[in-house]
Amino acid sequence: MTKPSLFRRGFRFISVGVLAAFLLGIVFTAAFNVAVDKTNTEAFCISCHEMKNNYREYQDTIHYANRSGMRAICSDCHVPKAFAPKMLAKLRASKDLYHSILGAIDTPEKFESRRQEMAQREWARMKANDSQECRNCHDADSFDYGSQGYRSAQQHEEGLRTGQTCIDCHKGIAHRLPQIDQGIGSSGATGISQEVLHSESAEKE
Amino acid sequence: MKSRFLAVFQSPLFVGLMLMSCVSLAADDGGLATLRGASIPSAAPASGDALKKAIEDAPLERDFTQQPPLVSHAIDNYPVTKNFNKCLECHSWENYRKKKATKVSQSHFQDADGKERASISPRRYFCVQCHVPQVDAKPLIANTYQRPNTR
Repeated sequence: MTKPSLFRRGFRFISVGVLAAFLLGIVFTAAFNVAVDKTNTEAFCISCHEMKNNYREYQDTIHYANRSGMRAICSDCHVPKAFAPKMLAKLRASKDLYHSILGAIDTPEKFESRRQEMAQREWARMKANDSQECRNCHDADSFDYGSQGYRSAQQHEEGLRTGQTCIDCHKGIAHRLPQIDQGIGSSGATGISQEVLHSESAEKE
Repeated sequence: MKSRFLAVFQSPLFVGLMLMSCVSLAADDGGLATLRGASIPSAAPASGDALKKAIEDAPLERDFTQQPPLVSHAIDNYPVTKNFNKCLECHSWENYRKKKATKVSQSHFQDADGKERASISPRRYFCVQCHVPQVDAKPLIANTYQRPNTR
């Protein structure tokens, strides 16, 4: 048997290497996806006790229980489906670990004191991506205005015509709203104004 | 241990309890007294489906003079919490014209000390304490009550 040439041996070495890298790539991609999917589960989200009260609130809403048994879990609304935005969301969410260690929202009182800030951040995010997470399930093109109530039909047509997005009106549907200034008593002064609640300031700009 | 456990069933107390439960089961009304004095029907209770659906039409007439007006639409998932009152989105004096809704009565502006406020008094904040959606609810017991002629 003659020894294969150096070129031949090099080629074999590289081809085996490429094949191994390719297979390892598949394994790593699969493992990575499994790990990311794991962080998208409801059980993972509420494994931190900061989320327990928040989760209880959501259980009273239609996105948790309804007559047809469809459910939107945390990640359906808070984590984008597309790869790049999903990775960005996951990176951004890593700050939650830091705040969890600090105990930033580890009591209902602390959570309540930051609810305004957290809610507004999420409203801004959903406004910026045209409520993409709502639209993953709710497609405005499929609206049957005939089967909507006359108030809903009117508001939907008007809102969609003027370029509004879901979150402009549908705030506080899965969690309780932060304090809104409705001019009741003396406590209203610390609440979010009604213009912000209805995204009216954004329209005027 | 085992014999002591079985002995419980032979004790006078146990036998007495068994007898008492038999006696109460024998009565037609299940041993329950009703505040109305009417017997509880043994038939299956009527369906509550009518109570689930608000009548989204003109408001029903009041049945007594001081009756809080009924809500003429469904209010599912309309929160009234310490932070936010969904009803006021349409029924407040600020919004009722734009939303073509009934405005909150000015009687609701008076606070507990009898002082008139610029807006709804905190004690009148929780609308659903008095105002409920109108449904097709039949009287539970037949009665001769007549709606007063207030018109």
